[in-house]
Amino acid sequence: MAEPMKIRATMTGDVADIKVLMNHVMETGTRKDAKTGQLVPAHHINSIVATVGGKTVLQAEIGGAVSRNPFLGFKVKGAKLGDKVTVSWVDNKGDKNSAEATIG
Amino acid sequence: MNHQRRTVLKGVGSAAAVGVAAAAGLLKPTAVFAADRSAFDAKGVDAVMKALKATGAADSRDIVVKAPDIAENGAVVPVEVTSSIAGTDSIAIIAEKNAFPMVGEFDLSNGAQGFISTRIKLANTSHVRAVVKAGGKVFTAAKEVKVTIGGCGG
Repeated sequence: MAEPMKIRATMTGDVADIKVLMNHVMETGTRKDAKTGQLVPAHHINSIVATVGGKTVLQAEIGGAVSRNPFLGFKVKGAKLGDKVTVSWVDNKGDKNSAEATIG
Repeated sequence: MNHQRRTVLKGVGSAAAVGVAAAAGLLKPTAVFAADRSAFDAKGVDAVMKALKATGAADSRDIVVKAPDIAENGAVVPVEVTSSIAGTDSIAIIAEKNAFPMVGEFDLSNGAQGFISTRIKLANTSHVRAVVKAGGKVFTAAKEVKVTIGGCGG
């Protein structure tokens, strides 16, 4: 697990536009394997935390209804060029990943 | 809102600022499983709204749910929610016809705008509902998306 995560953060006026692409299978737990007919166990991201310049700006709880390789976009007012953006997630099996980027 | 969960996540957030690796170490799965995730197990929109403590949410024109009118592939449906309500604290997204309608809840703080963009799965043609909490009040808006191929398997 723990494949790379992509973060792109740009300024538009005084608002930072942050886009995150996470790598995750996001299994709902309700899908059946086409070959075996067995349910594929749930495996999805549960929690996401994003910070800008050391302050938490976004805390998310998500479920299996978010698409595979989740995309998340959000906007933060008052951020500055050069601020550090961090994003981390934890899934329902306890796997975790985090990444950081600089607003530019 | 579950305050214990907030504290846990805030701790993690500030740790992440110090060092991402340290944050990863501090984020124990047990702490995460303690979060209130009852809305994700709720079946049916009413049950989800109840779990979110959002029953009786007022319809609002200040919330814009942007999604395609027709989604060819229900596995990947881009959804954008913009709330121009002042002091928007959180945005939740609900896919009304999914077996488990709750998609996610996004708590915003420290200058984060009332805006969330993501991609969700839709099992059937359904309303995509946004629930916005602002200053202790709850608002909602929805948009219908027609799905030609469902995205939840089964």
